[in-house]
Amino acid sequence: MTTAATTLAVKPTTRGSLRKETILPGFGLTLGLTLFYLSLVVLLPLAALIAKASGMGFTGFIEAAFTPRALAAYRLSFGTAIVAAAIVSVVGLIIAWVLVRYQFPGKRLLDACVDLPFALPTAVAGIALAAIYAQNGWLGAPLAQLGIQIAFTPVGIIVALMFEGIPFVVRTVEPVLQDLDKEVEEAAASLGAGRIQTLLKVIVPTILPAILTGFALAFARGLGEYGSVIFIAGNLPMVSEIAPLLIIIKLEQFDYAGATAIATVVLLAGFIMLFVINWLQRWNKRRGT
Amino acid sequence: MAGGATSKSRIAASEPLWLRLLLIVLAVGFLTLIVLLPLAAVFAEALRQGIGAYFASFNDPDVLAAIRLTLLVAAIAVPLNTVFGVIASWVIAKFEFVGKSLLVTFIDLPFSVSPVVAGFIYVLVFGVHGWFGQWFVDQGVQIIFAVPGLVLATIFVTFPFVARELIPLMEEQGNEEEEAALSLGAGGLRTFLKVTLPNIKWGLLYGVLLCNARAMGEFGAVSVVSGHIRGETNTMPLYVEILYNEYNFVAAFAVASLLAMLALVTLVLKKMVEWRFGGASAVG
Amino acid sequence: MDIEIDNVSKRFGTFTALNNVNLTVHPGELVALLGPSGSGKTTLLRIIAGMERPTSGRVLFGGQDLTGRSLRQRRVGFVFQHYALFRHMSVFENVAFGMRVKPRKQRPREKEIHERVMSLLSLVQLDPFAKRYPSQLSGGQRQRVALARALAIEPAVLLLDEPFGALDAKVRKELRRWLRELHDEMELTSLFVTHDQEEALELADRVVLMNNAVIEQVGTPQEVYDHPATSFAYEFLGHVNRFDCTVAEGKVAVCGGEIAVPAEGFNGDGKAIAYVRPHDIEIFNGAVMAGRPAVVRYLMAAGPVAKIELSFDDDGTFLEAEIGRAQLHALDLHVGQPVYVRARKARIFAAAGGMH
Repeated sequence: MTTAATTLAVKPTTRGSLRKETILPGFGLTLGLTLFYLSLVVLLPLAALIAKASGMGFTGFIEAAFTPRALAAYRLSFGTAIVAAAIVSVVGLIIAWVLVRYQFPGKRLLDACVDLPFALPTAVAGIALAAIYAQNGWLGAPLAQLGIQIAFTPVGIIVALMFEGIPFVVRTVEPVLQDLDKEVEEAAASLGAGRIQTLLKVIVPTILPAILTGFALAFARGLGEYGSVIFIAGNLPMVSEIAPLLIIIKLEQFDYAGATAIATVVLLAGFIMLFVINWLQRWNKRRGT
Repeated sequence: MAGGATSKSRIAASEPLWLRLLLIVLAVGFLTLIVLLPLAAVFAEALRQGIGAYFASFNDPDVLAAIRLTLLVAAIAVPLNTVFGVIASWVIAKFEFVGKSLLVTFIDLPFSVSPVVAGFIYVLVFGVHGWFGQWFVDQGVQIIFAVPGLVLATIFVTFPFVARELIPLMEEQGNEEEEAALSLGAGGLRTFLKVTLPNIKWGLLYGVLLCNARAMGEFGAVSVVSGHIRGETNTMPLYVEILYNEYNFVAAFAVASLLAMLALVTLVLKKMVEWRFGGASAVG
Repeated sequence: MDIEIDNVSKRFGTFTALNNVNLTVHPGELVALLGPSGSGKTTLLRIIAGMERPTSGRVLFGGQDLTGRSLRQRRVGFVFQHYALFRHMSVFENVAFGMRVKPRKQRPREKEIHERVMSLLSLVQLDPFAKRYPSQLSGGQRQRVALARALAIEPAVLLLDEPFGALDAKVRKELRRWLRELHDEMELTSLFVTHDQEEALELADRVVLMNNAVIEQVGTPQEVYDHPATSFAYEFLGHVNRFDCTVAEGKVAVCGGEIAVPAEGFNGDGKAIAYVRPHDIEIFNGAVMAGRPAVVRYLMAAGPVAKIELSFDDDGTFLEAEIGRAQLHALDLHVGQPVYVRARKARIFAAAGGMH
């Protein structure tokens, strides 16, 4: 609240020097409203978390944030998110490639499929995945015969995070592939490169920023994901309990300090990813020109 | 250059047939397994005991309350975020000012916050032990474990959707048309309504659709602030969880099927909007 | 190495890009494929390179049939219209690419690669730019990198697609001269595609004029300019005045002057089209034998040759003439002046489908 107010108070006197002139009206009003709403809805609650965490003192915070159970949860969230993001980066690249380069029946449907995870509520995806991979599920039953269990193991978490992560990679890589000039591939071939060499030495390096951006987006999503995971995860402490779930458990036990500490760690991880993603996207843009 | 050099004939930039087929099969196979199968499972599980049992699931007053609550929350959160999304896009796309990229980062912030953390921070502000909790208790207003908390958490997680769609679109369109309108004597609001709005309407619709889908489907954030009071603070996704945990699978999947249909309708509308304004849009 | 194009056709669906094209390019020649866009010239170049497969016909290099060989097996240097540089690689790595992708056994050692790249870069006068990236270069510099990169695989054949199309006029002229020198020095056999007739006529040993999927004419620049084989060739190469006329008893009246129709070009009487180059138009101050009255409409006297636009008194048709400065002074022309014009020379083609 206070930050918004001071910014507003300062603005009218200095705005001539702070912004480029345009005759369009409404700068003060719209900026003021934006800052007000943003502060009220986003910044203030986030500040509450930071303030609460700061109030715990350094040792208090470390003790609450890095209990063995919390550490196991971070490891699990981090590990499954990174594996899922790596898998969907490869598969997403293939899907984007197929969507951009090939014509085949059902392509539009495939294209729509990619967006489904964005639109389907996470809880719905969660119970559906749990049903499919349960002991008597469509895939769980045949896999059980082979001695493979997916539901209620970290592998199940990875499957759920792959579901949530796939559109990020496809929709980030797709436009860059579209802009890729086929002349460049022909140039590589005319210089004697085989198709695989062209792929590895020319195409992948050119679109690498986009692939990494997609990876980072999918990974960031995976770190904080809750709804699609908890139904399939099993939620055993130290084994298959993700960090966001631990926040809720601490809260239900009225352990506000523990919840605050873990939430702060998850939040900071998200901020670091946001920073990384912004940097990758700038790189991506530079590469595009 | 020379007429129809179609992509199919560019032999140096294409793969052998077997590789093409392999890649298509991989793409289709993966999406079927990971994406389509869960969707199909929702409907299959919902109808497992027949159509009668499916419809009987909706005879529960708590289900109807959950549906009503979901609609109510979306009806508050989506218009608010739409209005402020448009306002924020206007200031960011049309003006250059110090700290703009920081503002854009702040608007994107909710996307990088775990939904559970998003819910939790509202508990810290408005909960009984929170900053303003006691004050609200004194006024007799309950926010956490009540409808206002659900609305606030939903607003937080759906905050960036509209602005995300509109900022690139408005930046691309530039200021010239608005400046022309102003030079012809139109006022600010009139210029916005008659010039800017028609130019961004498809992008706006797209953003609203995504915002609405997320608002109705949000789970993690509302789960923290809800308190799970039957018939009172359970939105549809939350009630799906309760039914599922009570092993009432048919009812859980029946409610889930409504949400899945919402997702499908959103997708179809989204694709239609995409055709209208051509090309894929930025990643949400 | 000579290149033979044997009865090549290419169809994209119902569209015919090349229709039974035959052409032989001799070793060491610099040949221009000239034509308007859509004429099939780029498709022909891409077929020679192996980037497109002909629908029928063969391409032979040095007598060897290469139709089934892929682009990478042909070892032709190809310079793309928009250069197609690898934007994530430095100039050095772009040029080295062709050597680095060779099978391990044939791959030169790192030191050799370095020496060859640097010598190529000094050949194209870009050695100080080895560490730069394509985005940091000007259009002309990118073009030279593209050329150095194509030459790095030591091709016997160099193919260039609109090599100067994206450059401004001054750079274009400079690069043109320099390409000619390079071609001669490296004893290459080169083909380049262009839609700019001046470029083709200035640079090439021979010009292949294409239109509507077929070759209209092949010849030295002088041959095709002085003796265009078809009405298309006449209109495409240089400025020309076009008159409808009638042939009677082997003679035709073209803008006043009566011209005997060359027997090999046109038989019989009937409707015809006459082409007269602007420099074959004579201008007189007074009435002359078989001259036609006209009025000077516009004078452009800057440069060694004066361009004059006139219109006939009777039907108002416009025509263009070019005369030397000395003659311009002698005639003392000014706008609005009545004069008489006569064609010194004309080329007659039958109107619509009457060619024999």
